[in-house]
Amino acid sequence: MLTVKGHRGENTSLLIKGGHLIDPAAKIDAPMDLLLRDGRVSEVAPPNKLRGSSDEKFDAKGLIVAPGFIDLHVHLREPGQAYKETIASGTAAAAAGGFTTVCTMPNTQPVVDTAEWVSWLRQPERGAVVNVFPIAAATRGSKGGTLTDFAALQRAGAVAVTDDGKPILDDDVMRMALRLGAELNFPVVQHAEDTRVTENCSMHAGPTSFRLGLRAMPASAEATVVDRDVAQAQQVPESRLHVAHLSTADALKAVRRGKRAKARVTCEVTPHHFTLIDESVGEYDTNFKMNPPLRSAADREAILVALADGTVDAIATDHAPHARHEKAVEFERAAFGITGLETALALAITRLHRDHRIGLMRIVELFTSGPAHVFDLGGRGSLARGSFADVTVFDPKKRWTFEAAKSRSASHNTPFDGWQLTGKVVATIVGGKIVYRCE
Amino acid sequence: MSEPGGGTRRTPFLFAVTTLAAGVLAAYHAPFALFFHESASMNTPARGSLLGIEHLDTKEIEGLLKLARRMNPQKPRPLLRGKRVVLLFYEASTRTRTSFEFAAKALGATTTLVQSSGSSIEKGESVIDTGYTLRAAGADCIVIRHPSAGAPHLMATHLDIPIVNAGDGMHEHPSQALLDAVTILKHKRSFKGLQAAIIGDIFHSRVARSACHLLTRFGVKITLCGPPEFVPEVAATLVPGLRVTRHIEDALRGTDVVMLLRVQKERLAGQKIRVQDYIARYQMTAARLKLAKRDAIVMHPGPIIRGLELTAEVADGLQSVIVDEVHNGVPTRMAILARALGKAR
Repeated sequence: MLTVKGHRGENTSLLIKGGHLIDPAAKIDAPMDLLLRDGRVSEVAPPNKLRGSSDEKFDAKGLIVAPGFIDLHVHLREPGQAYKETIASGTAAAAAGGFTTVCTMPNTQPVVDTAEWVSWLRQPERGAVVNVFPIAAATRGSKGGTLTDFAALQRAGAVAVTDDGKPILDDDVMRMALRLGAELNFPVVQHAEDTRVTENCSMHAGPTSFRLGLRAMPASAEATVVDRDVAQAQQVPESRLHVAHLSTADALKAVRRGKRAKARVTCEVTPHHFTLIDESVGEYDTNFKMNPPLRSAADREAILVALADGTVDAIATDHAPHARHEKAVEFERAAFGITGLETALALAITRLHRDHRIGLMRIVELFTSGPAHVFDLGGRGSLARGSFADVTVFDPKKRWTFEAAKSRSASHNTPFDGWQLTGKVVATIVGGKIVYRCE
Repeated sequence: MSEPGGGTRRTPFLFAVTTLAAGVLAAYHAPFALFFHESASMNTPARGSLLGIEHLDTKEIEGLLKLARRMNPQKPRPLLRGKRVVLLFYEASTRTRTSFEFAAKALGATTTLVQSSGSSIEKGESVIDTGYTLRAAGADCIVIRHPSAGAPHLMATHLDIPIVNAGDGMHEHPSQALLDAVTILKHKRSFKGLQAAIIGDIFHSRVARSACHLLTRFGVKITLCGPPEFVPEVAATLVPGLRVTRHIEDALRGTDVVMLLRVQKERLAGQKIRVQDYIARYQMTAARLKLAKRDAIVMHPGPIIRGLELTAEVADGLQSVIVDEVHNGVPTRMAILARALGKAR
């Protein structure tokens, strides 16, 4: 299946032949050959129409060729928590999952709230194998009080601001963030959770939390914050609000309202929220503990509808690695979060495409042009001529079993260990270079 | 799905521990095994464990109730001679701890009490590591009370010895449900056709959850009663056969068993309902008790707060079996421990 000339990393041009190109931004869903040269897309043409030589050829027969996937929400834990993950290990996992670009969350130690830390994240010494675009803190130390220097953060390369994990609850601070963001065309990402009502809670409030005797977060704790944020986004002209890891039916209603009113409101959904529900927690399995928590079956239904109808802009993993000892404790004390980079595409194909008949075009859109649009990542999320040569090649029919122990992430806190999935990444290409290839 | 690779049960790290030093050594090495053998870290609980009523077979419940009625603390049986039972209490307890200890001793076992204060728990040792340590020191069974729901389950999935849940957070209190069932069966011929009312703070109550699981299994119709803060609508989803009412008169009419739960003033403090309102609407008084069947029994897991959830008149009245419940705690826990250690004869 794979014939490669030359050595990895040395090529300046790469021809991807015989594949089926899906490029939602260019509305292409057809057999196409693709020539990458000097880090850019040089030519896109029907099969065998490309002339001229290439240093390397990639036979993509029977495979889907798509723009490189973009993950708007990952925790790579640096600076400060390299025992959970490093930029090197996290981006290796990203590459294995088909992601060519990841946007990192600032809730590190220290919090990424200065231009210096944004630049530090982007230095080659970090050992990233895919593009890393930092999201910086919206307030100093993510304490919710004083806004950070958005302009300086943006100049240093941040693509958005957020206090992820710690929502901006204060009305005035949120409005100021949206205003300043509007001036700079800079998205404000909100982790929507009214922490005033979710203190000491470890899962979604419903029959399962009652049965297990766990203090629980009502769905309304998310919806009330999204409601307020959307209302503010409608009031502040040109502001950009992005709702992170949206998980409830009511929050979706608020996003729809904002979109109908032509406010610049976007949202992302995680694979675990469209795959699992609160009942999946079973008997206190901490690999099913994350924030926002797994919701009700009705919430998952609403999310599936919104993924199909275009309300959701992106699938994002909320990849949140934790060391073993942080999960091998009482459920209430366990860290929130699961890894997700290596299972995202397979869960999307298995759950959305195979089980719910959502087309591959739409799924690819949710991984590419959708997220690129959310953060205005120019030249990415499409394979139009001149775009960055970031490509994901996958086999939508391949059945495989995910084994957490073989994950490239430094942590293995996933609920999907041992799951049989359909759809596998075959190669990940960043800037024209193959950074991952399935053995 | 949890980690499925748990085929082999964790083997004991050290069998005969004769000296304290050896125990400490084993305790030191045990935790590291967790990190090296990933697939061995999660297992099914050891036979004889009692983590809750919910997942217990009806036959097992019947067996335990039968055994409990045969146990007599006044006539010790050395079924567990040479066995070491650890009472691991992360939370305060009077009756549960005492009756488990008396029960273990009546069966000839050696017991030791480990509490969070004055042990390594204070120094930040994890539940699993404490379990490894106690196992390595020679524990044959651990009775655990813990403020976090699921803590006994966590310990049981990491150890190869039976774990007995003596109350975990707001989750379950299976030994209390069993002794309550024993108490009911002493006063009623069978569970058949019985109606029960559970009144009070059901949301925070592990006793209520275990009682609902157990009694509905035998066809008892249960009405849960209290203000929405204490009895949310979702409570009715716990098991089929439950109903929620806000009116104590409605709950009491025609009932055979009245189970009251302690109302903690500090919990009322954070709620919309005031203590005086609660007393006015839900306190069990002699007058209200007349609404229940004439031979209805009044139960309470304790500790009771006279003048709050019930009057002294009701607590000490002829229908009260509150002291009897405590009395039945010892034989019931004898049965639980005998079953845990495979001596359920």
